[in-house]
Amino acid sequence: MSTPAYILSRLAQSVFALFCIVTITFFLIRLAPGGPFSEDRVIPPHLVAKMEAYYGLDKPLPVQYLKYMGNFVQGDLGPSLGNKGHTVNEVIAQSWPVSATIGLVGLLIALAIGIPVGVFAAARPNSKTDYTLMAVATLGICLPTFVIGPLLAATLGLKLDWFDVFGWENSSAWVLASLTLGLYYAAYIARLTRGSMLDQLSQDYVRTARAKGVSPNATLFKHAFRGGITPVVSYLGPALAGLIGGSFVVESIFGLPGLGQHFIKAATNRDYTLILGTVTVFASLILLMNFIVDVVQTWLDPRRKLGA
Amino acid sequence: MIPRPLTALAAATLLFAGCEEERPVDRATREGILLLGNGDEPKALDPHLISSVGDSNIMRALFEGLVTYHPSEDATHAPGVAERWEHNEDYTEWTFHLRDDARWSNGDPVTAGDFVYAYNRILHPDLGSPYASMLHLLENGEEFNKGEIDDFSQVGAKAPDAHTLVCTLREPAPYFPDLVKHTTWLPVHKPTIEKFGNMTDQFTLWQRPGNHVGNGPFMLESWRINGGVKVIPNPHYWDRETVTLNGIVFYPLANNFTEERAFRDGLIHKTYIIPPDLIGYHKAESPEYIKLDPYAGVYFYRCNVTKAPLDNKSLRKALAFAIDRETIVKYVSQAGEQPAYGVVPPTEGGYQPHHGVEFDLDKAKAYLKEAGYESGADVPEFEILINTSESHKAIAAAVQDMWKKHLGIEKVTIANQEWKVFQTTLRELRYQCSRSGWIGDYLDPSTFLTMWRTGDDNNQTGWGNPDFDRLLTEAANQIDPGERFAKFREAEAVLLDELPMIPIYWYTQKYLLDPAVGGWHPLLLDNHPYKHVRLDPSKIPSE
Repeated sequence: MSTPAYILSRLAQSVFALFCIVTITFFLIRLAPGGPFSEDRVIPPHLVAKMEAYYGLDKPLPVQYLKYMGNFVQGDLGPSLGNKGHTVNEVIAQSWPVSATIGLVGLLIALAIGIPVGVFAAARPNSKTDYTLMAVATLGICLPTFVIGPLLAATLGLKLDWFDVFGWENSSAWVLASLTLGLYYAAYIARLTRGSMLDQLSQDYVRTARAKGVSPNATLFKHAFRGGITPVVSYLGPALAGLIGGSFVVESIFGLPGLGQHFIKAATNRDYTLILGTVTVFASLILLMNFIVDVVQTWLDPRRKLGA
Repeated sequence: MIPRPLTALAAATLLFAGCEEERPVDRATREGILLLGNGDEPKALDPHLISSVGDSNIMRALFEGLVTYHPSEDATHAPGVAERWEHNEDYTEWTFHLRDDARWSNGDPVTAGDFVYAYNRILHPDLGSPYASMLHLLENGEEFNKGEIDDFSQVGAKAPDAHTLVCTLREPAPYFPDLVKHTTWLPVHKPTIEKFGNMTDQFTLWQRPGNHVGNGPFMLESWRINGGVKVIPNPHYWDRETVTLNGIVFYPLANNFTEERAFRDGLIHKTYIIPPDLIGYHKAESPEYIKLDPYAGVYFYRCNVTKAPLDNKSLRKALAFAIDRETIVKYVSQAGEQPAYGVVPPTEGGYQPHHGVEFDLDKAKAYLKEAGYESGADVPEFEILINTSESHKAIAAAVQDMWKKHLGIEKVTIANQEWKVFQTTLRELRYQCSRSGWIGDYLDPSTFLTMWRTGDDNNQTGWGNPDFDRLLTEAANQIDPGERFAKFREAEAVLLDELPMIPIYWYTQKYLLDPAVGGWHPLLLDNHPYKHVRLDPSKIPSE
């Protein structure tokens, strides 16, 4: 398979996957009890019927589906059923930059901490330093963000008063949010880097380099590092998607007006259109990242068989 | 080991964000901007489309009704758009005289016609307002709302001239001035609504900053979804001299713990609520900030009378008398709530609360026998359903334990459901016993009693009693306030004898308040008029 053909086929696969995700979501969310118009105070059925008619929810599900998909391919995600007076497109446009910012900064933090720690540990395999660092990293992977988040808020936010613990405009809470996200991925990247560095360090070419008298630092950084970092690079795509998508909890902890909060609230509000909109964004992001990583890897590593 | 990039980042942000030492909330105090935690993201900024307490808080800033809330006295009606009002002898016809100088935020005069238009809109079946039933009291209001009549001129709301509004009611309502303070009775600006769509369109752009027109002390400045609604003073407001704030920001802080941290970090003046787990901490550590004010609401357990074993009235009574409410409010809910021995809280305009269901083990045991159970162990398994929440769970566990300890009922389980699922389960009577709460809309016993009428949408227990229904109708047609309350008391006695609901406690409003906020007094409905709220920089706490 030639490269352009491979790219095209991967693209088609991604689009098909997105189509399936949206379709499954569309029908799945209707199975949940309650609806967008149920409230703590009971709304008389004739009013619920009126509202359903207004939003076209009174039509048979397949008709609604076709109508939705028709608008969907034109990029119109419809009105939000929970945020009255706003379209889903608007809601996403407003909240997307927040999630992207904390996700990207989080990724930078993860790389800035994860790679050096991994290399450092790999340079002293099975030493006390190595074990300590990896134990901390394992702990970092195990601790969920809803534990790290409030912990950072209590220490760096309230105790030391370095950052605000809430808010987006004129607020520094995004730093804590990025840190919470970043630390989790830093731990993972540290372990990944260490493993792959150790793998590289046991290779023949490293032994040859050492035998030639290349200094330990040069061996580590000039030779082993380039190979050792490859798995991290291929992990970047899923990590970024995960960071941006994984902001559900963190955005709630720090009160940030991002996409992640909508993901949760739309589900509890039964805001069908917004659920579909957020699912579409997150799914597209993950698919896009995987697509890019696949393509870049093929390009970087000619040994990988196209389409394999 | 602290990784170096982290230290660098921290230092950089410290320089960037930490250069001013002043807390954001103190800067806001100096600038006269009130920062409020306000629960969830608003569903709309349209008084006819909202139903939550948080949304109505924003409405009170943006709109003003005929009558408004007094800043400190629950029973006092403060004049709003109406300067004065009078009623006929049997409280069925109310005439409001509107002030000349009431203006919309674009400068247009507020007229009686605006109110008639608003009532037409909220009652219109095509709008689908969730709360339209509040206006069913208007003559033919319910019929119009249900689409039984099409002609709004038959509904009891007329504007004989621009400054006179006459409301004709289907039954006597001495509490009518209280009722019209509610958000559902607020006016809307016809030209604005119709500039962006039809009267009955829900989904239009009129609620946006720049488009929005209201008649309240404040007007809409900005609205960011999940980021806050900001309002600034309305320059055309008739009583603008009273307004001292330069703005209010309503933050949607649905995560209670985030909100509490935001308060401690000096980012907001007031929280919407305090997580129950932290009440003890704040009582001990920050007594100057914590407020626990009486609130017109009742926390109770619904019993599904259509399902065994709670279809047995004597068993329901046994359960009700075996709950030690004092212990629950003291050790479980902990927010200074009052144990509820009746349905209507002691807040409703001088209504004497009932003492129908106390903690009385002798009675409880006698009722258990009467129910046909030799011992509690014979009571078949049943379930307490709660909506997912730590505090509801704690109370359910306490109740479960009391029934076990005092009556020997072993087989009670607790199940939880997410809010929307829970609501559906209740509506479809697919539960046995469930946790519930009800907050009054106005200060009158009827707001707590009418829901228990046979077949009422909010009844949700399958219970109905002709005597109860009759007494409520008699009360509704009673002109004498004393007689009226007496009928309500009789009706409540019927309810407490049959117990389709077991009262647990009467609510308190629990929140943290910055000392710089002045003019914020305890109010039973918690509807604070923002034009009287002040920020006092001299009360900024010194570090």
